[in-house]
Amino acid sequence: MPGNGVHPTGQPAPQNEGGPAGVPPLTVSGVSKVYHVRGRDRRTVTAVDDVSFGVAPGAAVGLVGASGSGKSTLAKMITGSERPTSGEIMFGDVSVGRLHAGGLRSLHHRVQMVFQDPYGALNPLHTVEYAVMRPCQNYLGMSAKQARERVAELLETVGLVPASQFAAKLPHQLSGGQRQRVLIARALGSDPELIVADEPVSMLDVSLRAGVLKLLAELRRTRGLSLLYITHDLLSARLVTDEILVLNQGRVVERGQTKHVLQHPTHKYTVQLLDAVANPFAADGGRPDGSTQQPAR
Amino acid sequence: MALLEARGVNVVYEPTRGTRIWSVRDVDLTLEQGEFVGLVGESGCGKSTLGFALTRMLRPPARLTGGTIRFDGTDIAGLDGEQLRRARRNGFALVLQAGMNALNPVRTIEHHFGDILKAHARPGDDVSSGGIRRRGTELLEAVRLDPAVLGRFPHELSGGMRQRVAIALALSLQPQLIVFDEPTTALDVIVQQAVMDTIKDLQRQRGFTAILISHDLGVVLESTDRVLVMYAGRIVEDQPSRVMAHGLHHPYTEALLGCYDDPRAEQVHLGGIPGTPPDLSLPNTGCSYEPRCPLAEEICRQQDPPLFPLAPGRAACHVRARAAHVEEEAGRAR
Repeated sequence: MPGNGVHPTGQPAPQNEGGPAGVPPLTVSGVSKVYHVRGRDRRTVTAVDDVSFGVAPGAAVGLVGASGSGKSTLAKMITGSERPTSGEIMFGDVSVGRLHAGGLRSLHHRVQMVFQDPYGALNPLHTVEYAVMRPCQNYLGMSAKQARERVAELLETVGLVPASQFAAKLPHQLSGGQRQRVLIARALGSDPELIVADEPVSMLDVSLRAGVLKLLAELRRTRGLSLLYITHDLLSARLVTDEILVLNQGRVVERGQTKHVLQHPTHKYTVQLLDAVANPFAADGGRPDGSTQQPAR
Repeated sequence: MALLEARGVNVVYEPTRGTRIWSVRDVDLTLEQGEFVGLVGESGCGKSTLGFALTRMLRPPARLTGGTIRFDGTDIAGLDGEQLRRARRNGFALVLQAGMNALNPVRTIEHHFGDILKAHARPGDDVSSGGIRRRGTELLEAVRLDPAVLGRFPHELSGGMRQRVAIALALSLQPQLIVFDEPTTALDVIVQQAVMDTIKDLQRQRGFTAILISHDLGVVLESTDRVLVMYAGRIVEDQPSRVMAHGLHHPYTEALLGCYDDPRAEQVHLGGIPGTPPDLSLPNTGCSYEPRCPLAEEICRQQDPPLFPLAPGRAACHVRARAAHVEEEAGRAR
């Protein structure tokens, strides 16, 4: 068990308040993943090809690319649900690729995922409270009573207020944005150090995306979490990450400071991704400075 | 003459006895021949329900409770059975978001074309296997797919390819109107752009009338001639697409526009729309956007605004209508 993982009170660890000092770095070095296709021709598909990068404590790194670029395969390897064919993934001093049952369990205590589909990731028969309680009980060893108290706090953290009202709801009574907030609360349940968010807003209405993205950015700031943000949408990557890697067919084709990469793309694939971003103001070469801007409320 | 003229369309969902959800309320809509119109709004605003109502695809618990839908001169709102089937042939088609998953997994793509062409064959149509193959090849080429796809099974194709197949199937009876319901939402950005480009080109070349339903105003503005913004079951704004990025609009449209920015900009700001849409099972008094609206005034709480002129189109907003009126008066004085 990692020494800094368990907080019996359910409160954030002290080190998380002062900064990301206790969060270990994630290091991905020379990782490849080759899948063997079943069938007569015995083809192989290289989903991830010699990728190296790091996520420093408290940093937010984006993996961007279209379908099939290998970004989700990387996420699966980082969270231990797939093993790399070669290369090594280290989270602090733990080698993720070598973990088995017990080790994976303690990894999932520290690394949590938020998935794309908020409609498919919640059991329709269980209340929000139950969904968020489970990681508190399973990973933090809380009693049901303690876990319920923690659920109320977590729901408030993710902006589902009043918490008591949301706790009793079933998934079908929530909007997509609210469900995604529940999933973020559930991911926070085990008090993780790294959150891997795989396209967390792509299935949400455009009008709800900003709220969820702001929440992720805020959690990172207040809890000192590291964030690995996976997306094909460069606008959202710009909003939540400091650094991005652009992946194409399993390889990193461009990397650097998010703002710099987007303003000065050098690879044609990055340009293609930028051009594909739907923008109502695109025809004018930017946002008009006039009245169509909605002031933030 | 307009291809489609809908007046006072109302759709009610009755999931259980006693619960009624007014999903589409008093919608008037006119589509000119060859027009490409976007229908935009958040989840649950009734945009898909309206698209389904116009193509008579509603299934219980949804019910068309009023209004007329004149399509090509006939009121299709009251048609049933064989008559409706006849109106659909060469009349209208629907492409769905998950339409690509509606393909039969154990049949080849060619079989799918065969099904449609045979079911709607008229005397003299060539529905021999050679004829179907010829027609299928032609349609697949129209949606920029390799004709070899005819012999493939759905699982052998990517999501973008399956969605192109769904479009080709919709085109197969040469409909006058095609309703695209979130055709690219399940696809990633690059594939989305490619599929939208194909839809745009097909619409221009073949001249069919099209409705594009989407929550993504950015996608809609890039391809359509005119945009209808829906909120809480009503059309709240109707404008030519080219003016959307400028000028005064319904506050809801402005909020939707605020959800976009250029990722390359020096400072990126992304707005959201706080609050949630109203509960459509409760009768509303006043403007349904009023609780979320930054411009709301007393009159907004009391009167539900109709579509007022807001040059060059129309918007259902008291405040904007007054501003437009004042501007007009000032113009006249000058």
